[in-house]
Amino acid sequence: MIRVLLPVHLRTLARVNGEVKVEPEGAPTLQAVLDAIESRYPVLRGTIRDHATLRRRAFVRFFGCEEDLSDESPDKPLPAPVAAGAEPLLIIGALAGG
Amino acid sequence: MSKARLLVGTKKGAFVLTSDGKRKDWEVSGPHFAGWEVYHLKGSPVEPNRVYASQSSGWFGQIIQRSEDGGKTWQPPGSSPEELLSPEGMPKGESNKFVYEDAVGTHKWYDGTQHPWEFKRIWHLEPSLTDPDTVYAGAEDAALFKSTDGGKTWRELPGLRDAKGHLWQPGAGGMAVHTILLEPKQPDRIFVAISAAGVFRTDDAGKTWKPANRGLKSPYQLPDPDAEVGHCVHRIALHSTRPDVLFMQKHWDVMRSDDAGESWREVSGNLPTDFGFPIEVHAHEPETIYVVPIKSDSEHFPLDGQLRVYRSRTGGNEWEPLTKGLPQKNCYVNVLRDAMSVDSLEPCGVYFGTTGGQVYASADAGDTWQPIVRDLPAVLSVEAQTLP
Repeated sequence: MIRVLLPVHLRTLARVNGEVKVEPEGAPTLQAVLDAIESRYPVLRGTIRDHATLRRRAFVRFFGCEEDLSDESPDKPLPAPVAAGAEPLLIIGALAGG
Repeated sequence: MSKARLLVGTKKGAFVLTSDGKRKDWEVSGPHFAGWEVYHLKGSPVEPNRVYASQSSGWFGQIIQRSEDGGKTWQPPGSSPEELLSPEGMPKGESNKFVYEDAVGTHKWYDGTQHPWEFKRIWHLEPSLTDPDTVYAGAEDAALFKSTDGGKTWRELPGLRDAKGHLWQPGAGGMAVHTILLEPKQPDRIFVAISAAGVFRTDDAGKTWKPANRGLKSPYQLPDPDAEVGHCVHRIALHSTRPDVLFMQKHWDVMRSDDAGESWREVSGNLPTDFGFPIEVHAHEPETIYVVPIKSDSEHFPLDGQLRVYRSRTGGNEWEPLTKGLPQKNCYVNVLRDAMSVDSLEPCGVYFGTTGGQVYASADAGDTWQPIVRDLPAVLSVEAQTLP
């Protein structure tokens, strides 16, 4: 079970409070977690990564265990504490714009 | 007694303003989608309580929302209670999927090179005149999308981009389909306007399109006086009883066509400046039109700090300033292209919103004005609905 903290606007859109928990299929990679989130909360498709290319949206960032995972390969395994559910995966709206 | 409802999109959410037929006292609800840009909301002409909204964010992209109760509550289309996925009530959310058809293709970039189309947001939603489930969406980068299932799924009408799309170029505000006019007498005819490409018309329900820009002059942007595309059209409007007559606020110049866009002539006449963004037609008088002159393309505010709507009762050329109730000093707001609208009550109501967050109303066709609200976020769009 992986814990994910969504930014407030996406929590509003998905109608959830606090962290969400997902069980990705296969290895616990970023891509698997995002697939699981979008499967469970389809309204979030296109809001974190592009519909067509599946690339991360420019002003969305991913953090885990105080590491910036945003530019890591989506197929790379997540840090062990995130994969084990001890630490959350943070999905963050970058500090950009006004 | 009939009522009026205004659907107001702003930089930080949507607001719904309602009043009785007198249009003196207004109730304001909102913000809906707080914190998100709402470029446009529009109700179905056949089911006015069905309202579509474009909610977008530079961070999280595009969402389409729909209301069945005139803007009180909202759902992404396809997520009504019986369609929810689970007891937790997660919206399904196919409604925000806007993907260009076939090969994405390229358009002209600022430096003259070719650049791939990239979807950014929906600027304008235009519900069908006859079917509440059919709605068109104008996108940035410029393309036209259509839904026939109430906004749940969208398909591009790619023929539009075949109309010399490789020559279209973004203006300072981007490159978007910002105006969609459905021809009430010929259902297969649609006009769209794109900045900075021009006007385009289809006569076969969107399969094929042709530029409709003959007569537009843009000497400082387009050295070729006969350029078919590339004109920075800010807005076009028509009256439903006479849809072959089109009015246009171009970047500079107010224009008119009497032949469904085959040709255009200038009707700026005695306007103090003919730069501006919106243009609207009186609901009952097809020759009465409204513009808001703006000083220039480098100074996007009213001339001399005086906010003035100009009205022509002669279809252009002869204009009168309308100032009663509008600030006549120290006013430096802008009025954006989708931020003016009319109702069809008697007398005709005219409304506009400003980048300073004011929404002004006139219940007497522009003779006098009052602010409904003064301190909203910057207003992006205003749509008036007349309710039974």
